[in-house]
Amino acid sequence: MKVTVKIQRFNPEQDSAPYWKEYSIDAEPTDRVLDGLLHIKNTIDGTLTIRSSCAHGICGSDAMRINGVNRLACKSLFKDVGTTVTVEPIAGLPVIKDLVVDMEPFMEHYRAVLPFFINDDPAPQTERLQSHEDHQRFDESTKCILCACCTTSCPSFWANEDYLGPAAIVQAHRFIFDSRDHGTAQRLEILSDPDGVWRCRTIFNCTDACPREIKVTQVIGEVKKEILYSKL
Amino acid sequence: MQYHYHKHDVIIVGAGGAGLTAALYAGKEVDTAVISKLYPTRSHTGAAQGGIGASLANLEKDTWQWHAYDTIKGSDFLGDQDAIEFMCKDAPSVVYELEHMGLPFDRTPEGKISQRRFGGHTNNETKQPVLRACNAADRTGHMILQTLYQQCIKHNVNFYDEYQMLDLIMVDGECRGVVAYEIDTGDLHVFHAKAVMLATGGWGRVWNITSNALTLTGDGAAVVLRHNLPLEDMEFFQFHPTGLFKLGILITEAVRGEGGVLINKDGERFMPKYAPTVKELASRDVVSRAIYLEVMDGKGIDGKDYVYLDITPDTVNKYFEIDDSRQPNGELRHIDSDYVRAKLEDITDFCKTYVGVDPTKEPIPVQPTAHYAMGGIPTDIDTRVRANESKKDVVTGLYAAGECACVSVHGGNRLGTNSLLDIVVFGRRGGKVMAQEVKEMDFQPIDADAAAAKVQAELDGILNSTGEETLAVLQQEMKTVMSKDVGVFRVEEGMAEAVAKIRELRQRFKNIHIDDKGKRFNTNLLEAWQLGCLLDLALVTAESALARKESRGAHARDDYKERDDENWMKHTMAYMDADGKVTLKYMPVAVTTHKPVKRVY
Ligand SMILES: Cc1cc2nc3c(=O)[nH]c(=O)nc-3n(C[C@H](O)[C@H](O)[C@H](O)COP(=O)(O)OP(=O)(O)OC[C@H]3O[C@@H](n4cnc5c(N)ncnc54)[C@H](O)[C@@H]3O)c2cc1C
Ligand code: FES
Repeated sequence: MKVTVKIQRFNPEQDSAPYWKEYSIDAEPTDRVLDGLLHIKNTIDGTLTIRSSCAHGICGSDAMRINGVNRLACKSLFKDVGTTVTVEPIAGLPVIKDLVVDMEPFMEHYRAVLPFFINDDPAPQTERLQSHEDHQRFDESTKCILCACCTTSCPSFWANEDYLGPAAIVQAHRFIFDSRDHGTAQRLEILSDPDGVWRCRTIFNCTDACPREIKVTQVIGEVKKEILYSKL
Repeated sequence: MQYHYHKHDVIIVGAGGAGLTAALYAGKEVDTAVISKLYPTRSHTGAAQGGIGASLANLEKDTWQWHAYDTIKGSDFLGDQDAIEFMCKDAPSVVYELEHMGLPFDRTPEGKISQRRFGGHTNNETKQPVLRACNAADRTGHMILQTLYQQCIKHNVNFYDEYQMLDLIMVDGECRGVVAYEIDTGDLHVFHAKAVMLATGGWGRVWNITSNALTLTGDGAAVVLRHNLPLEDMEFFQFHPTGLFKLGILITEAVRGEGGVLINKDGERFMPKYAPTVKELASRDVVSRAIYLEVMDGKGIDGKDYVYLDITPDTVNKYFEIDDSRQPNGELRHIDSDYVRAKLEDITDFCKTYVGVDPTKEPIPVQPTAHYAMGGIPTDIDTRVRANESKKDVVTGLYAAGECACVSVHGGNRLGTNSLLDIVVFGRRGGKVMAQEVKEMDFQPIDADAAAAKVQAELDGILNSTGEETLAVLQQEMKTVMSKDVGVFRVEEGMAEAVAKIRELRQRFKNIHIDDKGKRFNTNLLEAWQLGCLLDLALVTAESALARKESRGAHARDDYKERDDENWMKHTMAYMDADGKVTLKYMPVAVTTHKPVKRVY
């Protein structure tokens, strides 16, 4: 089928501002938007710049705004997004070139929540035991691939770039609810900061945007509750 | 000549499982930095699904010796048995260590690490599949990668993210650093080091249908080759039997471990014909060939080149009954849709997203997909890179681990779950060895100007080329010929043709034209450079394959159908000179206890 792809272009070495450019290509309905973009890069304009790697939704490289919503280009098929598709960079992070944004502010927020296992007890000879139920308690948030789809779809993050954002909270949730971890108090302290969980206005864009189908808003709600309980 | 200069005791190139494990161990003791062309968590280790092998015996009897023997047999007796024993013995301790770092494994009813069945892993007494693959649902690699990266953050390892290594700095046969390109700015950086480890992953992008990421272009291995150092066993590249039809996206062997069966167009479960005892859980080379033979026999679905992988509970339970397949506690095995969805969450998602199939209700269309490089940069057990086939000489300052390396623990064919194991076992070993060695040495001099100038000249060659050849065309022609002639089955004429074709493509590559001549985020330039790497690797792969006149593991020839231990139980060591002339030498296989026997599954 014929597909029209409208892409927001920006080359920092040449352009003073981003502009839109249209490309008309042939695609199979089952082709990924990523296939379409690479086809344009390979056959029409090699300067088109995107990040991509795994091409099947597990590395988190190619988050972008497709028809106005945050998606992974490799997980969006033309049959689902239609024959006229607009593609622009995710919002709220500085654009470097075309669809590539500066991930550093996002990674900084991620690193701020102590996103690592904390347990200073001497480790046993074998594994630390954990029940299936205790594992299930945080299993969902372990699926996060740090693609930034959630954080860059969040109006609260757009309004205030210091807000840690949904992805960082999901990462914190992964440890807060892990029965083996001992860092909960420190993390809750960080998350109860004015730029922590309370900036979340329960708008649900994050949940809708997550390509891993993590119920992000619910995860944030659980952290909010935990903070409240911890203060009792 | 403008460039930035940095100095670190240890430089690790690559932030997949191998690189991060090494960084964690070296970083605890000496100044260590990781250079990666991708953000670490985007490395393809994150794509690994099924599990990591270790004889924990959490659910049934198992021993590291069984694991070692299975690996040796899986390797078709080309693996080095000393290295294999080392890896399998070390396996339980690295898995426990990952768990202590917080890795969220699935759990047994007792709360221990859960284990599942995988191809080629057996109880050596009963010959039946054994529960050995430790797993976190079907995203084990994702959890390993995340956990290692988290620990690196915790321990303040230095990262240079989105920096691409383009050359090694070699002086008097010693490695003293690397030159890297900062993708965002186009600046060159010279990294002066006492030890350099390459952990750059595989090169599945040589072939058409592959489970490998777009970025798996074998950079580290190609750069080594260009320094007149050998690559080992390049003809052994694994085709995983179950890639999603047309797309190559991997459908983990765990689907078969959980009971999934392979079905041809007549509805026949064909694996019992090829591997009567373990059937679908034979080693991957065996299963891929079986699929290929079914297709050649006109038994592909709709007459095409794919078959069905069926994990629908009705089918699976039917075969559990026929096979009288039982749990360790003696109960008949049984699955339902919820179980499939829970244990194969991502697989269910991939099937629905990309081919519109719900695997709990319909069979999955699959075909073999280029998956894993058994060969690569030769190393000893301490991850030191070998200088030649003597088994004694190593390259001072240079180390390699993970898929880009060849220890060799996988020989002619890797067993599932053994690569995740390889990357953490040898990543850890390499990290410790480097830390020890650099403590006792000083930085040796380098000519940073010359090193940077050499790389700039190479890039300028691509940027200033006025030719007409395009990346897309050259890449496609390479993939087509390699898939046709150096794929699952091989013959003399085909491979000779492939060699000639790749030589032609290497010539045409000199006339490549790219559109993007800029400095900022020039992925066009880097992709061209990567194509150069792929072409070099394709050439040594085809040449190594052409020379090996036998069938062993993943190297299956129609004109030499049998394994020939007398003449060919040896490792290929391929060298390439500046003109692309390939010279092949050979290195003996390390045999400790297991004499080669015929492989039957
Ligand atoms: C889909 C899939 C599923 C798999 N499932 C399993 C499984 O269940 N069990 C199992 O044991 N194995 C599995 N494997 C195999 C295993 O995952 C890989 O072999 C292993 O993860 C490779 O790890 P690595 O660290 O060597 O490389 P990778 O994880 O591929 O990392 C390579 C790193 O090198 C960097 N890099 C590359 N070139 C450069 C350069 N020029 N400059 C700077 N950096 C560079 C990249 O940025 C990346 O960080 C699977 C493989 C695939 C593809
Ligand atoms: S390319 Fe990896 S998530 Fe899309």
